[in-house]
Amino acid sequence: MLLRVAHRLTVLLVSLALASVVVFAFMRVLPGDPARVALGVNASEEAVRALRTQFGLDRPVLVQYVDWVGGLLTLDPGVEFLSRAPIGPQIADRLLVTAWLVVSAMLLALVVAVPVGLWMALRHRHWDGIVLSGLSQVGVAVPAFLAGILMISVFAVRLGWLPSGGWVVPAQDPVGFARRLAMPALSLALVQGAVLARYVRSAVLDVLREDYLRTARAKGLRPVQALVRHGLRNAAVPVVTVLGLQLATLLIGAVVVERVFVVPGLGSLLLDSVAKRELLTVQAVVMVLVVAVLVINFVVDLLYLLIDPRLRTGAR
Amino acid sequence: MSEVGRAWGRRLNPSLVVGGVLVTAIVVLALVSYVWTPWPPMRVLPVEAYQTPNAEHWLGTDRFRRDVFTQILVGARTTLYVGLVAVGVAAVVGVPLGILAAMSPGWLGQVVMRTNDVLLAFPALLLAIMFAALYGGSTRVAMIAIGIATIPAFARITRSGALGVMKSEYVVAARAAGRSPLAIAWRHVLPNVAGLVIVQASVSFAIAILAEAALAYLGLGTPTGQASWGRMLYEAQTTLRSAPHLALVPGAAIALSVLGFNLFGDGLRDWLDPRLERR
Amino acid sequence: MPDRTVLRVDGLDVHAGSTPLLQDVSFAIDRGERVGLIGESGSGKSLTALSVMGLLPEGLGATGDVRLAARTPAEHNLLALGERALARMRGDGMSMVFQEPMTALNPTMRVGAQVAEVMLLHRTRSRRAARERAVELLEQVGLPDPAHVARAYPHELSGGQRQRVVLAIALANDPALLICDEPTTALDVTVQATVLDLVVRGVEARQAALLFITHDLGVVATVCERVLVMYGGRIVEAGPVQDVFGDPRHRYTQGLVAASDLSGADGRRERARLPTIPGSVPPAGRFPAGCVFRTRCAHATDVCATPPPWTPRGEHPAGATAYGYACFHPAGGEEDG
Repeated sequence: MLLRVAHRLTVLLVSLALASVVVFAFMRVLPGDPARVALGVNASEEAVRALRTQFGLDRPVLVQYVDWVGGLLTLDPGVEFLSRAPIGPQIADRLLVTAWLVVSAMLLALVVAVPVGLWMALRHRHWDGIVLSGLSQVGVAVPAFLAGILMISVFAVRLGWLPSGGWVVPAQDPVGFARRLAMPALSLALVQGAVLARYVRSAVLDVLREDYLRTARAKGLRPVQALVRHGLRNAAVPVVTVLGLQLATLLIGAVVVERVFVVPGLGSLLLDSVAKRELLTVQAVVMVLVVAVLVINFVVDLLYLLIDPRLRTGAR
Repeated sequence: MSEVGRAWGRRLNPSLVVGGVLVTAIVVLALVSYVWTPWPPMRVLPVEAYQTPNAEHWLGTDRFRRDVFTQILVGARTTLYVGLVAVGVAAVVGVPLGILAAMSPGWLGQVVMRTNDVLLAFPALLLAIMFAALYGGSTRVAMIAIGIATIPAFARITRSGALGVMKSEYVVAARAAGRSPLAIAWRHVLPNVAGLVIVQASVSFAIAILAEAALAYLGLGTPTGQASWGRMLYEAQTTLRSAPHLALVPGAAIALSVLGFNLFGDGLRDWLDPRLERR
Repeated sequence: MPDRTVLRVDGLDVHAGSTPLLQDVSFAIDRGERVGLIGESGSGKSLTALSVMGLLPEGLGATGDVRLAARTPAEHNLLALGERALARMRGDGMSMVFQEPMTALNPTMRVGAQVAEVMLLHRTRSRRAARERAVELLEQVGLPDPAHVARAYPHELSGGQRQRVVLAIALANDPALLICDEPTTALDVTVQATVLDLVVRGVEARQAALLFITHDLGVVATVCERVLVMYGGRIVEAGPVQDVFGDPRHRYTQGLVAASDLSGADGRRERARLPTIPGSVPPAGRFPAGCVFRTRCAHATDVCATPPPWTPRGEHPAGATAYGYACFHPAGGEEDG
C-alpha cells in the first residue's frame, strides 16, 4: 500500500517536472519572443533588447528555466512586463474565485448525476430510462458557455431574477455572492452532470452484469439492495476516473464561462494576459492550471487505492 | 477479417442512425455553401438589421445586416475544416505513436506513454490559448493546437487496442515466422485497431468543434469577418434582449453537430462491438 | 407433498417471448437426497436451477409449480411469489453455488464479511456470532488459517479457495436445498475432488437436499444417488445412478453414456475411438416438436413426432418422476437384442 502511494507520488513529481519543461519550452524556446510579443511589432529593436536584458531573457535557456521553476516553487513567479505588477498575488486572488466556481459546479453535477445515472441504468429498457439517456446526450453536446449565454438570456435578461454577471466576495455579501455564483456554476454543472450521469449509467450497467451481483441475489438481497451493497463501490472505480478527468475539463471550461459571466477568476486573468500579451503571466497561469490537473489525477489515483483492494497489492 | 468487416451487415442502432443523419446534414450544409448561399456570404446587405426569421431571410439578419442562414452555411465549412485538420493531425501522429508504444515493451514504449500522460494534462482549449498567446488567434493556429492536444487520446486508445492484438495468436505466429515489426503493424495491428480509431475520431471531432467554438467565442480563433458559429455567438451576446435568436441559431448549430458526432461515435462503437450493448 | 420432500417441481415451462426453453420439467428431491442434473450445454440445466431460485435473467418467463419445504411448509408456488418473499428464502432455505468462482465474490469486500453477510441478512445470528461462525465455516470448507482468510480479499485467494468460500456462504444458514451449478468445471482436476467431497459432506451433515448440475457423468457417479438426464429443455430420463448409467433406456442417455467412456476404467481401453452422438445440439428453442431428440436419433420413427409419454421404470420413494424415461423406442431389455 505505502509502496503504491510512493509510486504514484513519484509519477506525480515526474509529471510535474515534465509539464514544467513543456510550458517553459512552449513560451521561451518555440519561435516567438516574449519581449517582442509584449512590446508589439512596431517597437524598436533597442527597446526589445532592453526588456530582454531586464527580464533576463538573454541568459542561457537552462539558467532561465531554473530561475523560473525557482520562482514557481517560492510562489513568486515575477512581475508583468509592462505594469511591473507582481504576478503571484493576482493568481492567488483569482485562484480562489475559480475554485469556488469549479468546486460548486462539481458538487452540483455529482448531486444530480449519481441518482440520474442510477435511474438510467436501472430503467435502461424502459421509456423513462431511454428518454433520460437521450436528454443526457443532448446535455453533453451543449458547451458550458452556450448554456451560460442561454441562461443569461432567460434568467437575467428576460426574467430579471439574477444578475447577468460579476462577482462579490462571499464574506462581504453572501446573498449577492450566491446570486452571482448560481448561473456560472449551473452552466458548468449542466454539461459535467450530463457526462457524469452517462458514465454512472454505463458503470452501473457493467456492474449489474457481474457474477458477484448474482451471488448477492442468491444470498437473499433484493435487486436494489444488491446493487447498493455490492455494486456501488465497484461502479465507483470507473466513475472516479471520469470525475478526475472531468474536474480537469471543468477547470478549462471555467476559463470560458468566467468570460461569459465576467467573473474575475484565473480564466479571466489568462485571457486578459493573452490580450495584453503578457506571456510571463500566461505562462504562470497555464502552469497553475496544469499543476491543478495533475494533482487532481494524483488524488484520483489515491482514491482508486481506497476503493479497490486489488490495486493495493498490484495484482489485477 | 477486421472489426469493420465483421460488423458489416449487422443491424444499425438508433445512435448510429441519428448521429449519421446529423453528421451528413452538416457535411451537406458545408458543401452546399460552396455552390449556393441564399445571400452573398459575409456581405453587409442593404436590408434591415436584427430581422427575425422570415421568408426573405430564413433565420433573420444580424446587427451588421448579414443573412444568418448564409452565415450558418459558411460556418459549417469552418467547423468541418477545423475538425478534419485537427483530427487528421491527431490521428496521423497519435496512431503510429500508440502502435509504437504497444510494440516496443522496453523503455521506448514507457517514454512515449509517460509523455503522453503529461500531454493529457493540457486540454485542447488550454493549448490553443497558449498558441494564440504566442502567435495570435486564427483558424489555422486553433486547429493545429486542437490537433496536437488530441494526439494523446489517439495514442492511448491505439495502444490499448494494439496491446490486445499483439497477444493474439496470429501475431505471435507472424513474429515467430520472422515477419518484420513494420509488416506486422501494417498487416495485423492497424486493421484491427481501425474500428477503435474511427470511433475516437468521431468523439474527437465533437471535442474539436466545441474547442473551435469556444476559441472563436473568446476571440482567439476564427477572426471577425469570417464565418464561424462561435464568433456568431459572441456577437449575439450583446443583443440578447432584442434579438435572442441570433444566439439561439448558432448555439443550436454547435450543439447539434456535437450531438451528431457524439452519437455517431457511440453508435459506431456499439455497432463494431455489439457485446457492449447487448443487454 | 410428502413430509420428506424438500423440492417439488411440476410442469415447469420457461420461455423467452414465444420461444420455449424448458418444457414440462417435473422432478422432486427428498431430504438428504443427492440428485444430479446432467446434459450437454444448452439443454436447460442452469435455467432449471435459476427458475427454482427465482433468478432467471430479465426477459425470461416461467410457468408451472415449484414448491420448497424449508423453514416453512411448502404452501406457496415459488413462481407466483413476490421478489421480497423469494429473497427471504434465497440464501436461507435454499442456496446456490455457481460455476465461475473467480468472479462470484465481490472484489471490494473482505471474504469473512461476505460469509457473515448472509447470516446477518436473514438474522440467523448476531453480528458478533456471525463473524465467529464465518471463520468456523471457512474452516469447515477446509481453508487453512481461516481467521486469516476471513480478513483477505477475494483476489488474494485461488480459484479453488474462492469456490470453497462460495460454498461456505451457501451452507451458512443450513439450507434445506443446495443447488450447485457445475461448481468444479472451472477448477483444476486435483482441486475438483476435494471440492466435490466438501459439497457431499456439507449436505450430509445438514441432511439437505442437493441438486447437482454437471455435464460430467463421472462427477455425477461420485456425488449423486439419483440422476436426471436433460435434453432440449426436457427431462428425458431419471433414476438411480447405477441403473441409468448401467442400463440406460432413453436413446439420448444411451449415446451420452457411450460417449463418456465410463467403462474405460475397467480396462476396455483398446477401443479405437469413442462413439459420438451424431449431429449437434440445436440452438435453444429450435428443438423439434414431439421427442426433442428425434432429429439426432437412429431409432426415430413417425410416432416420435408426438411427445413421448413418461414411462415409469420402477417404484421410487421420491415419486413417479424419479425413475423412468420418455421414449417410444427405449434401449435395454429384449428389443435392443
